[in-house]
Amino acid sequence: MSEYLLILVSTILVNNFVLVQFLGLCPFMGVSNKLETAMGMSFATTFVLTLSSVCAYLVFTFILEPLDLAYLQTISFILVIAVVVQFTEMVVRKTSPLLYRVLGIFLPLITTNCAVLGVALLNIKKQNGFVESIMYGFGAAVGFALVLVLFSAMRERILVADVPKAFQGSAIGMITAGIMSLAFMGFTGLVSI
Amino acid sequence: MSVILTAILALLLLALVFGALLGFAAIRFKIDGNPIVDQIDGLLPQTQCGQCGHPGCRPYAEGIANGEEINKCPPGGEATIQALADLLDVEAPALDAEHGEEKPVQVAVIREAECIGCTKCIQACPVDAILGAAKHMHTVITSECTGCDLCVEPCPVDCIDLVAVDKGILGWHWNAPQSSLIATDKGVA
Repeated sequence: MSEYLLILVSTILVNNFVLVQFLGLCPFMGVSNKLETAMGMSFATTFVLTLSSVCAYLVFTFILEPLDLAYLQTISFILVIAVVVQFTEMVVRKTSPLLYRVLGIFLPLITTNCAVLGVALLNIKKQNGFVESIMYGFGAAVGFALVLVLFSAMRERILVADVPKAFQGSAIGMITAGIMSLAFMGFTGLVSI
Repeated sequence: MSVILTAILALLLLALVFGALLGFAAIRFKIDGNPIVDQIDGLLPQTQCGQCGHPGCRPYAEGIANGEEINKCPPGGEATIQALADLLDVEAPALDAEHGEEKPVQVAVIREAECIGCTKCIQACPVDAILGAAKHMHTVITSECTGCDLCVEPCPVDCIDLVAVDKGILGWHWNAPQSSLIATDKGVA
């Protein structure tokens, strides 16, 4: 049990996917302008990351590994992720219009995100088991969501702040992200996994 | 060789299974639009005149499906209200005078000698029934015109008239089929 907790802490804080491993930076900069969209994106990411890391693990363990095809992992993971997201989008749209309105456009958006593929590949690299894969994917997503929401809240405040002209817009966003990344370096060594 | 073959086959099989899954999901989880909206839309006169306060007939049909009054369509008049009342199984109210009066069927006619070719009426026409180009004379395709009078107001030289269509015995034809893409098809089919 404590092992799973360690994975969570590790992925959320210590090895945060955005600020430490620099994966999934485009939604981090792209959809962080408003807190509301950032929340939607966070939920969608949590959903997709957890689901796809499990599915990728299953495909790798039961199809690629027995056939000695580990070198096909990238292409088959992309296939798996794309299909899983598409499928869930259809199901959600049919079964829960409310949930679809919240996740809606973010689901396909997150499909091609490098964090999603990154989690799947890192799972294999770290030789995580089934439950560990779930935890790893979920933790990565929560870490992403945490940073995204924090960042978008900051950007909303920066928007009304008196920023020098040369730094306005994305520039100040980049700097903020950099400082956040520095701050997250403080977690290094909290847990080692 | 067999290594490559296994790889290709495995990937192919994986893709096939996923493709089948998505194909199945596309059918199984298909979203049907609201069928009542289509039926209501079929009863509306498709003048796209906007007198009901909606930008066209389809939005008004959606509005009715969400519980709006059915007596806001002057071009359709009593006949449309009656048909809508039958479809929705409600009492047929009188036409709401706030949205206009029922007029006889009419079409727009451009007095072509006076047209200056400003294209303003072309932009206003909701059914693309006006033909012409900038600084060239415009004309109305009578069979496409719904008589919505949206082109009259923007004309800077007031050269558009609305003329009542004489529905004499020679102009009579069978009722148009229910669904057609453009108005011209209705007379032919």
